[in-house]
Amino acid sequence: MKRLLCSLAAFALCAGVLAAPKPATTPLPGESVYRLSVTLTDQHGKRFDWSKRRGKPQLVSMFYTSCQYICPLIVDSGKAVEKQLMPEERERLGILLISMDPARDTPAALMSVATKRKLDPARWTLASPAQADVRKIAGVLGIRYRALADGEFNHTSALVLLDGEGRILARTEQMGAKVDPEFMAQVRRAVE
Amino acid sequence: MRRIVALALLLFPVAGLPAGNGDYVNLPGGSFRSALKYEDRKGDTRIAPFALMRKPVTNAEFLAFVQRHPQWRRDRVAKVFAEPRYLSHWAGPAKLGAGALPQQPVVQVSWFAAQAYCEAQGARLPTWDEWEYAAAADETRRDARRDPAWRERILRWYSRPSTQALPRAGLQGPNAYGVQDLHGLVWEWTDDFSALLVAADNRNQGDADNAKFCGAGALSMDDRDNYAVLMRVAMLSSLDAEDTTLNLGFRCARSTR
Repeated sequence: MKRLLCSLAAFALCAGVLAAPKPATTPLPGESVYRLSVTLTDQHGKRFDWSKRRGKPQLVSMFYTSCQYICPLIVDSGKAVEKQLMPEERERLGILLISMDPARDTPAALMSVATKRKLDPARWTLASPAQADVRKIAGVLGIRYRALADGEFNHTSALVLLDGEGRILARTEQMGAKVDPEFMAQVRRAVE
Repeated sequence: MRRIVALALLLFPVAGLPAGNGDYVNLPGGSFRSALKYEDRKGDTRIAPFALMRKPVTNAEFLAFVQRHPQWRRDRVAKVFAEPRYLSHWAGPAKLGAGALPQQPVVQVSWFAAQAYCEAQGARLPTWDEWEYAAAADETRRDARRDPAWRERILRWYSRPSTQALPRAGLQGPNAYGVQDLHGLVWEWTDDFSALLVAADNRNQGDADNAKFCGAGALSMDDRDNYAVLMRVAMLSSLDAEDTTLNLGFRCARSTR
């Protein structure tokens, strides 16, 4: 939230000075999930503000690497969406899997899933937030979860489609190789 | 402002301070039997010592917060953090008016707004376990849940129409820990409200094989007669973090050692 204030202040200062503000300096729409200030660490150990994903539609989900049952299906679901896209459409979609288990999902753990599942790093980002941000991210994405005693998580599985500004365009809880056709139609429209 | 409070503390170091922002009660924690039953949680839950606000946050307190943090005014809040009904009962974005008296608990606040309020205090929302533990007490007993008369009293509140004006915060007597209004006034957000997963959450999954969660963890009630808890769970599990309702407020908590 502090960052939001800063960027608003920066915008107010810049707007008067610069004739043509670049898209990055326009304030995010109020519906944008990027209004939530979040720093992620990806499978390469690179830290980034998730609002840097702005400008490109994103397929977002939450998962954790030690998950046995549903989470591999989340990866399958992302792959299934990609498979139905033309190569040039694929380039226009980012895929972001956010861990709900940052304590254990180190860059190495994230990388091991990315490698094992052959996820193209040009399009797929697996990343962990700070522990304190996990439930807030779940909040803006409409995902519910509970940590279980054995280290597993009970959680809703959803693919969320964001437009270039971080607004939620569509979501599906249908996991696996068969993509919800309505959701797929929305993805196509987003990368058109 | 902080200096005035500090001065007041010096001058009046004993009880009798006006209960306001940051008025917390220490709870010892310990072993607690939740009314919620999880497959992965057997027996009692350990509650670490924590501090809980004596009363729910009032309109006056939330107004002061909104004035210090104008990004939480209803006319400036990002839509992703609060639905359109957020603080809509106030007369204006920074004005309470007749529909929101200063000492009434603030309602129509989203989880994000409640979180932000507590964080600004260096605090957090209580977890569900902490809330349930504190709310198990009546005026004299730390665990009054087996008493049918106490249950009856709570249920009478739930049957009151929600269209009635809310009483002021702090009118009811303190419970055995010194906490007020856990029942009988408003519903309250918990930090982990979205951990209350009922099986229906994955009802949209077409394929039965896909309906498995990661690990077993289905929630059920250990104590089916505890309607007070049952209703809270039903309500919280149906909410999204940007939702607000006419009788949902909050109070903050802090971890202690």
